Amino acid sequence: MPSWFMQQASSFAPDVDNLILLITVIVGVWFVAAEAIFFWLIWKFRARDGVKAQYVAGETPREKRWVSWPHYAVLVFDILILVVALRVWNDIKISAPPPEERIRVVAQQWAWTFQHAGPDGELDTADDIRTVDDMHVEVGKTYYFDLHSRDVLHSFSVPVFRLKQDAVPGRSITGWFRPTVTGEFDIQCAEICGIGHGLMPARIIVATPDEHQAWLSAAASGAVPAVTAGAAPGTAVVARAEGDGQ
Amino acid sequence: MSGHAAAHADHGHHHQSFFQKYLWSTDHKVIGMQYLFTGMLMALIGGFTVYVFRMQLAFPGESVPLWGTVTASDYNSLVTMHGSIMIFWVAMPVLIAAFGNFLIPLMLGCDDMVFPKLNRLSYQIFLISVLVILSSFFVPGGPFGGAWTAYPPLSADPAYNATPWGATLWLVAVALEFVAFLLGGINFVTTAMNSRAPGMKMFDVPIVIWMIVLASLVFMASVGPLIAGAVMLFFDQRLGTGFFDPAAGGDPVLWQHLFWFFGHPEVYVVLLPALGIVAEVMTTFSRKKLFAYKTVVFTAIATSIISFFVWAHHQFVAGIDPRMAGLFTVTTLIISVPIAEMMFVYIATLYGGSIRLTTAMLWALAFIAEFLIGGVTGIFLGAAGADVYFHDTYFVLAHFHYTFFPIAFIGTFAGLSYWFPKMFGRMMNETLGKIHFWGTVIGFNLIFIPLFLTGSGGDHRRIFDYSLFPELEYLQPLRILATVGLLILIAFQPVFIYNFINSMFRGKVAEANPWRANTLEWVAPSPPPHGNFAEMPVVYRGPYEYSVEGRDEDYWPQNVPGDAPGEPAGQSAGQVA
Repeated sequence: MPSWFMQQASSFAPDVDNLILLITVIVGVWFVAAEAIFFWLIWKFRARDGVKAQYVAGETPREKRWVSWPHYAVLVFDILILVVALRVWNDIKISAPPPEERIRVVAQQWAWTFQHAGPDGELDTADDIRTVDDMHVEVGKTYYFDLHSRDVLHSFSVPVFRLKQDAVPGRSITGWFRPTVTGEFDIQCAEICGIGHGLMPARIIVATPDEHQAWLSAAASGAVPAVTAGAAPGTAVVARAEGDGQ
Repeated sequence: MSGHAAAHADHGHHHQSFFQKYLWSTDHKVIGMQYLFTGMLMALIGGFTVYVFRMQLAFPGESVPLWGTVTASDYNSLVTMHGSIMIFWVAMPVLIAAFGNFLIPLMLGCDDMVFPKLNRLSYQIFLISVLVILSSFFVPGGPFGGAWTAYPPLSADPAYNATPWGATLWLVAVALEFVAFLLGGINFVTTAMNSRAPGMKMFDVPIVIWMIVLASLVFMASVGPLIAGAVMLFFDQRLGTGFFDPAAGGDPVLWQHLFWFFGHPEVYVVLLPALGIVAEVMTTFSRKKLFAYKTVVFTAIATSIISFFVWAHHQFVAGIDPRMAGLFTVTTLIISVPIAEMMFVYIATLYGGSIRLTTAMLWALAFIAEFLIGGVTGIFLGAAGADVYFHDTYFVLAHFHYTFFPIAFIGTFAGLSYWFPKMFGRMMNETLGKIHFWGTVIGFNLIFIPLFLTGSGGDHRRIFDYSLFPELEYLQPLRILATVGLLILIAFQPVFIYNFINSMFRGKVAEANPWRANTLEWVAPSPPPHGNFAEMPVVYRGPYEYSVEGRDEDYWPQNVPGDAPGEPAGQSAGQVA
């Protein structure tokens, strides 16, 4: 399950993982049962001298129930998976909680630009902070992101958030997330976008409100912070923040 | 069937030059072999590309033997060519065209396809498409590097994809290939409808023929939008139109709909023939009647129809209206029902059998065992909420390789081991066959089980070097393990090639019906001459009458007049002919 490999750092990450766990259990039982019966039949009915195969057409209802009952059961389990899957999908992509802050994500060959709202908390105002390949957010806050692309398709993927959304040129696509854990995590581009597709990593820094405020004011005053918030003590992370001085 | 005799006389049996006999032939068997050998050669190229890029993934930046250093640009071209070649130039020609051409007339008991010249044209166009795609390896910028799905704007503009020639040649090659299979499909469907042996009703048709015909119908019905899309994309690339360019009022997501409206049915286009091959092999080597023949036919028809309504599950996070995902999750999970039913039927067929584990049977059983993994992992991806995480990760890649590898290779090896005596009149070596089987199956699982794990761990696809992603660094041992699996898989393929070629010339001479099977191709001599049958067969029963009670033999060929009560000789033939 993803949580065995990768931390859950957003409000909906546990929902996604639980759905995956549910599917794993259901299809796992089916899979093991089907393979067990399959290999047992191969062993049980191996060719032996003097033993002739049986003539079974599988056309009478009495014979057919051996496949039709499992097939109805598959349908029932499909419906169960469907209900849970659509609920999770609805929570992630359709019905979002109201936004507390907005952030703009612009993808291009081969970099991410993040337009943060700045100290006033409003996007598209003079104090907006633009950064390249570093995204700064505050833990526990609901963010809406506007996703844009300047050239080809890209996909904004934050594995620890279980979040993925393609960026399509010519469209502004809105999504949301609420980080639940502080730290610094990978952002991937998950849609092939040319030669530099593998050279498009970015980092998301989830900070406590205080740390985030400190970064905001430092960035807003034009000072480039030497150490980005959320980095482990003693790790000098080169900040690629470009406070554009507006 | 009055056409039979006339068509046969037309063929003539005069001496033919090598060129006429093997390169310009209208004989369905020769055309089938042309497709088979072309497909096998393309599989070597498709296999070489994966060798190069998996070596790069296991040992990033190091020089790969027989290639050299893999650049990011090489990497994109190699993954694109691997996907395109394996699907369009290996799975399609081998499963549909090679087996379809070889088997349809033989199993239906006629002397050739109804349109032999169309058939020849089909292969010739296919051959041109092969030459076009191969030529793209030698043009400036190299072969197309925008992934086999060719999403614009990346594929539409050389400034974005950096493979100006490769992108256009890819499109032209794919379009030509589709024309070839359209011609083939017309032939398959028409032949199956019109040229069945006297007495052969629709439910006496062997499952593999049903499957190839259904697959041809699905292909013909789904390919139109993609051909239209390919023309539009070609115009975008070369004439400056903007069908997929948002700056000119176009929409890149339109291509995704056109592509996947074809692309998902395409999965079933290659799956169905493989399932058909497995049905023939399993019934023969378990000496069993196929469990619920009609159920298999109806579930295959249901699958074919539903396959047209699932395409957008490839696009859950592509920017389509998220409410649409609900609809496509429903259809996608529904399609699991007929496929599961088919798996149950195949497993039930084993019950009460007398199972002989020949090489062909091992392949057929492996198909079921492995395809089940591909099937159940599809549920994760069809469920929209889970797909948010798995989309475009190695989990997807491992999932569809667990469907495509059983289809394109395990199914093909089952079919080749089974029909080899009919194709070449000689037997393949069983010991070498089994060595090849175990090496291939173990290697295959060793590749893709680790890749399910790297995908669950967050490895995203088409990344040429993971060193820039610190969270993914610890997955490197699994990536190396997958590459080791691939090297094992590759190491065992020369065993097959040697066995295949050696048996072709020096194998034990095969009798007409070495497996004691029921279907009509085993009535013809091995290999069948031009015109196939010495005497055109008449059909008295269905294809799977094995181990019928009260008979000494445990098989009952379709063309042997009946002697059981209720089925006097010739009666059923008289009803239909």
